[in-house]
Amino acid sequence: MTRKQRRLYFVVLGMLALGAATALVLTAMSDTLVYFYTPSDLKTRHVSEGRRMRIGGLVEQGSVERKGDEVRFVVTDLTATLPVVYRGVLPDLFREGQGVVTEGKMDGQGLFHASEVLAKHDENYMPKEVADALKKSGQWQEEGKKP
Amino acid sequence: MIPEIGHFALIVALFVSVVQAVVPLVGAIRGDRAWMDMARPAALAQFALIATAFGALMSCYVSSDFSVLNVVQNSHTDKPLIYKMSGVWANHEGSMLLWVLILSVYGMAVSVFGGNLPPGLRARALSVQAMIGFGFLLFILLTSNPFTRVDPAPVNGDGLNPLLQDPGLAFHPPFLYLGYVGFSMAFSFAIAALLEGRVDAAWARWVRPWTLVAWCALTLGIAMGSWWAYYTLGWGGWWYWDPVENASLMPWLAGTALLHSSIVVEKRDTLKAWTILLAIVTFSLSLLGTFLVRSGVLTSVHSFAADPARGVFVLALLVVVTGGSLMLFAIRGPALKGGGLFTPLSREGSLLLNNVLMSTASGTVLLGTLYPLFADALDLGKVSVGAPFFNAVFIPLMVPMVVTMAVAPLLSWKRGDLMGALGRLKFAAVAVIAVMVGTWFLGGGSSGPVWAALGLGLAAWLAVGTLFDWAERVRLFRVPFAQSLDKILRLPRSAYGMTVAHLGVAVVIAGITGSSAWTIEKIQVMRPGDTVTVAGYDLTLVGTEDNIPGPNYTTLRAHFSVVRDGRPVTDLYPEKRMFRQPPRPTTDAAIHTNLLGDLYAVIGDADGTGGFVTRLYFNPLVPWIFLGAVVMVIGGLVSLTDRRYRVGAPLRNARAPAKGRA
Repeated sequence: MTRKQRRLYFVVLGMLALGAATALVLTAMSDTLVYFYTPSDLKTRHVSEGRRMRIGGLVEQGSVERKGDEVRFVVTDLTATLPVVYRGVLPDLFREGQGVVTEGKMDGQGLFHASEVLAKHDENYMPKEVADALKKSGQWQEEGKKP
Repeated sequence: MIPEIGHFALIVALFVSVVQAVVPLVGAIRGDRAWMDMARPAALAQFALIATAFGALMSCYVSSDFSVLNVVQNSHTDKPLIYKMSGVWANHEGSMLLWVLILSVYGMAVSVFGGNLPPGLRARALSVQAMIGFGFLLFILLTSNPFTRVDPAPVNGDGLNPLLQDPGLAFHPPFLYLGYVGFSMAFSFAIAALLEGRVDAAWARWVRPWTLVAWCALTLGIAMGSWWAYYTLGWGGWWYWDPVENASLMPWLAGTALLHSSIVVEKRDTLKAWTILLAIVTFSLSLLGTFLVRSGVLTSVHSFAADPARGVFVLALLVVVTGGSLMLFAIRGPALKGGGLFTPLSREGSLLLNNVLMSTASGTVLLGTLYPLFADALDLGKVSVGAPFFNAVFIPLMVPMVVTMAVAPLLSWKRGDLMGALGRLKFAAVAVIAVMVGTWFLGGGSSGPVWAALGLGLAAWLAVGTLFDWAERVRLFRVPFAQSLDKILRLPRSAYGMTVAHLGVAVVIAGITGSSAWTIEKIQVMRPGDTVTVAGYDLTLVGTEDNIPGPNYTTLRAHFSVVRDGRPVTDLYPEKRMFRQPPRPTTDAAIHTNLLGDLYAVIGDADGTGGFVTRLYFNPLVPWIFLGAVVMVIGGLVSLTDRRYRVGAPLRNARAPAKGRA
């Protein structure tokens, strides 16, 4: 095998790998990308039922209701609200008035069925999306910051 | 006083790093031996100074000196001593100090063990190490000084995030950093070789053990982090494809590729430019990992409060290091002529295939991790890329790699005989079919997922293929046993290292397959006396006890008794802890393992009427994932003891007529 042939082999192998990766990435992206919305976004734009998405905002004060292993709470960005239902154990840092990001699907009645409520490791930490959502709705206060 | 000594030592270290970066390099260009040799004492001084600074910070933590801001923010007198100590690196400033400390340890190692290195190469490599050190020392002194004082000093500190008060996470960052920073060695040697314009087998022999050390540490660090997530987050999962996890996976993938391509440089004197490029990419990905974790640009479940100004500095550092080294590579790379030729069907060819697949996988992980940033910047909406994406992309790339992993060691260098190798793997094929059929039956016929059978089949293929390759090497059952035994004893340690590490990969694959195919999750409200059956185990909630005091927390402890077929198996005590400072709850899962699977119990919130939400899991084969990772590390360590790395092997003229000397 000559140098030229070997170089050709490298190039072909590289192209094949890149092509396969591109094809995989493109198909995976179209199926699995999860968009992030705020409760206000959901009021203004139509979101298809059954599509996985993430919702972020604050857990409204006094909205958490537990019934058996089912938890209902309301996510707010302080201009709009969205009721959420979730089955399971909430992360340790889930609290009323704190930021939350939750992943799941909308049903036809405007109720969000969460399959995941994301845990944060640090209570000083405000999910970036939530901070942006609050800034967008003009309700942002520098509260998540360290002194 | 002590914090000022630490601060001062860091400033002096910065100046020493300038000297170490400039003088040896100029010396190497001019061919001035005295200037070149400046690098060795400078590296030692660098280590002494940074170790002094680190020791100063450690002493502030141990004595709870609350006049130091960093201690105030991350410590508390209540904390057990071990977490006061691990508190040093459980925060941004301290972890950066640990980063440069490890960098200086590697620098020192070069000057201590590098006696047999060509002086030019050593001087240049140490100079590059010092440049990296300069960047990070400047970063610490300008943006994240751990020795900042507060006046007046508060009576007590804010305490450490309770999630970090855990033995698994106390030692996770040092190992991770040993890995990340360890790749700086390969990087520095790569840049030195580019500056010198020469890459040869001796170079590869020097780079390989360092890469191996870094790889072992990184593997262990990732496994520890994953284990920690598994038992503390209470979700029963061990990998979330979270940006911070991906940040450590990318250098691991690239580093694994580097490890394999440097074998080709060492044995066959070819693939040089590619290996240099991989060394640059691997270290750049390590820096990127540091940036992603430290800047908080990505939303991650592991994000801790982060400061964007620091992110910008690390990003700038990343751009300079990566951009500069790639530019140098573009100028000097083409001059690196490859040596030995080979056909695609040879061991070099299959190692190259491994490299291409590993790099591609690393690239797709990079794309998926950064895509939310691009989408946000280009106003395509806020998106998150999660496990479904990574699984869909990563697994198809890994499958062909694992298939080749069993075949490749059977191929010879230069020109291999694929049909012959495949023919010799017929036992592996039989094992695969047996495992797949077995899985099918145990999985309850058609109800078991097909891909689980495929995954276990893949693991069997790799395990049997690897063992078979070892048997071939020692000609087991082909020659009289005494002769085989002799070969078994004489087989180089690096060959054993490969066998063990590849077996470890097979164990990990089996673990991943088992845990994703057959995990059983039950979430319900239980009252004392209730029984739930999980995978044949009857778990009865005997009772709960609240307000049990711990060192710096109180805990709610639940008691489950576990019975299988009428016989008691064990008792599980999951806890929900409430820390005093900072006042935060944590979950402590209770795990019972029999090595084939974990029974995993989590106690949740009270429902207000005397019941508790409980999460009960049966996670089959999960222990294999961590066990397999440890086996891989053992393989790496065995390979590291290979005599070629111990004896004065890296002599440049080893291939000259003087060969008989050794």
